[in-house]
Amino acid sequence: MITVENISKKFGDFHALKSVSLEVLTGEKVVVCGPSGSGKSTLIRCINGLERHDDGLIEVAGHKLTHTNASLRAVRSSVGMVFQQFNLFPHLTVKQNLTLGPLRTRKLSQSDADKLAMSYLERVRIPEQADKYPRQLSGGQQQRVAIARSLCMEPQIMLFDEPTSALDPEMINEVLDVMSELAGSGMTMICVTHEMGFAKRVADTMVFMDHGEIVEKAPPEQFFSNPGTERCRDFLSKILAH
Amino acid sequence: MTFCRLAGLCCLALLLTGCSGNWGWYVVDPTVPAGLNNLKFLLSGLYYTLLLSFTAIVISIVLGLAVALPGLSSNRALRRFNRVYVELVRAVPILVLILWVYYGLPQMTGLTITVFWAGVIALALSDSAFEAEIFRAGIQSIDKGQYEAAHSISLSYTDTMVYVILPQAVRRILPALGNQLVYMLKMSSLVSVIGMQELTRKANELVVVEYRPLEIYTVLVLEYLVLILLVSAGVRWLERKLQSDQRG
Repeated sequence: MITVENISKKFGDFHALKSVSLEVLTGEKVVVCGPSGSGKSTLIRCINGLERHDDGLIEVAGHKLTHTNASLRAVRSSVGMVFQQFNLFPHLTVKQNLTLGPLRTRKLSQSDADKLAMSYLERVRIPEQADKYPRQLSGGQQQRVAIARSLCMEPQIMLFDEPTSALDPEMINEVLDVMSELAGSGMTMICVTHEMGFAKRVADTMVFMDHGEIVEKAPPEQFFSNPGTERCRDFLSKILAH
Repeated sequence: MTFCRLAGLCCLALLLTGCSGNWGWYVVDPTVPAGLNNLKFLLSGLYYTLLLSFTAIVISIVLGLAVALPGLSSNRALRRFNRVYVELVRAVPILVLILWVYYGLPQMTGLTITVFWAGVIALALSDSAFEAEIFRAGIQSIDKGQYEAAHSISLSYTDTMVYVILPQAVRRILPALGNQLVYMLKMSSLVSVIGMQELTRKANELVVVEYRPLEIYTVLVLEYLVLILLVSAGVRWLERKLQSDQRG
């Protein structure tokens, strides 16, 4: 479903990604972890073209990513993305946030778009908030709206960029529950997260990144019980210590 | 409402000083027929002041936006166009631009330009450079995450601007746009020099007939004062309305 081959990315002198390769199968759930600055966010931002990779090849759902408008549109129409800071549109109601994409890019009628929006709001369990504005919602609710907004584009792949890092602790689970349910429905997912409990439950593959490289890639049982590298063991001991 | 009270106080103060002997309020006294006629004559300029200012502000906002967007492009030539336009237009005094558009432009192009449209073109051109800077600042103040979210749901550049970025930017720059409207109402008085029959021109003409500049120009000051206080109140009302929209 996703092929990443030897991609590199530099920000000035900083080497964010050094020849990274990753293969994600249809329906596979990949959880990416690693210290900050390790390139995990950059990796998934390259996959939907929010960052332009300098080198290498990215293919998503059969479309080669080339940064022409046509290629970006093709890739982004099959990839949904959820951001750490939610990035909801503050001047639109929850329902309008959800229907904007379907109305403008999928050319649905208003009533079809409304129906679609309500069905996804029910799926993330906040249909009663449809006519409120984002800032009237809690962080957890906002992130669920953001997930629903992506789902309204009916993507084949969902990317999550630290979706719970900006949330108060008591709101993390409501978002993880929605993500787990989504995983159960067979969606192809790449999640950058430090929620290791979620990773153990949901991931098919764990990826550990450090200094712009994929250091370790393994199924979760092996990844957590017997990490193959010193750096990964060190990282896990730090985040699992308490 | 404090503004209304302030305006009322000003009027009262002027009227009281009017009683002291040097003033001749009879020229604009609405209780006598001649005064009433003069007042009507002065107020008859209101139509063109408003029409001129509002036409010019609408055009200058559209023009300003059209100049601001290239300024935000990643293309260097487009950014250069934006800089050159803003610097050039900003450097021409508005009165000079009015004279040039009215007397110069028809000669250069062979077109006939009426006083009204010469005024609109000069005011709109002159203001568009400032509008462009306001729009640029407003658009740049919108968080990068908004663009990324728009990209992630595959919105085109135009849709991103129209549905996501500009509605938020306009809310932020509304006070600055309101300032420009006030500025435009005041600058429209300069178009009197080419014969536009707006408030200032009417006052000038009446002064020539009545020889009472103090009273007539005082009325003119009050006309602008009331007009601009009303417009300011309107802009603030719009700001509040848009803000409460966002809070629901």
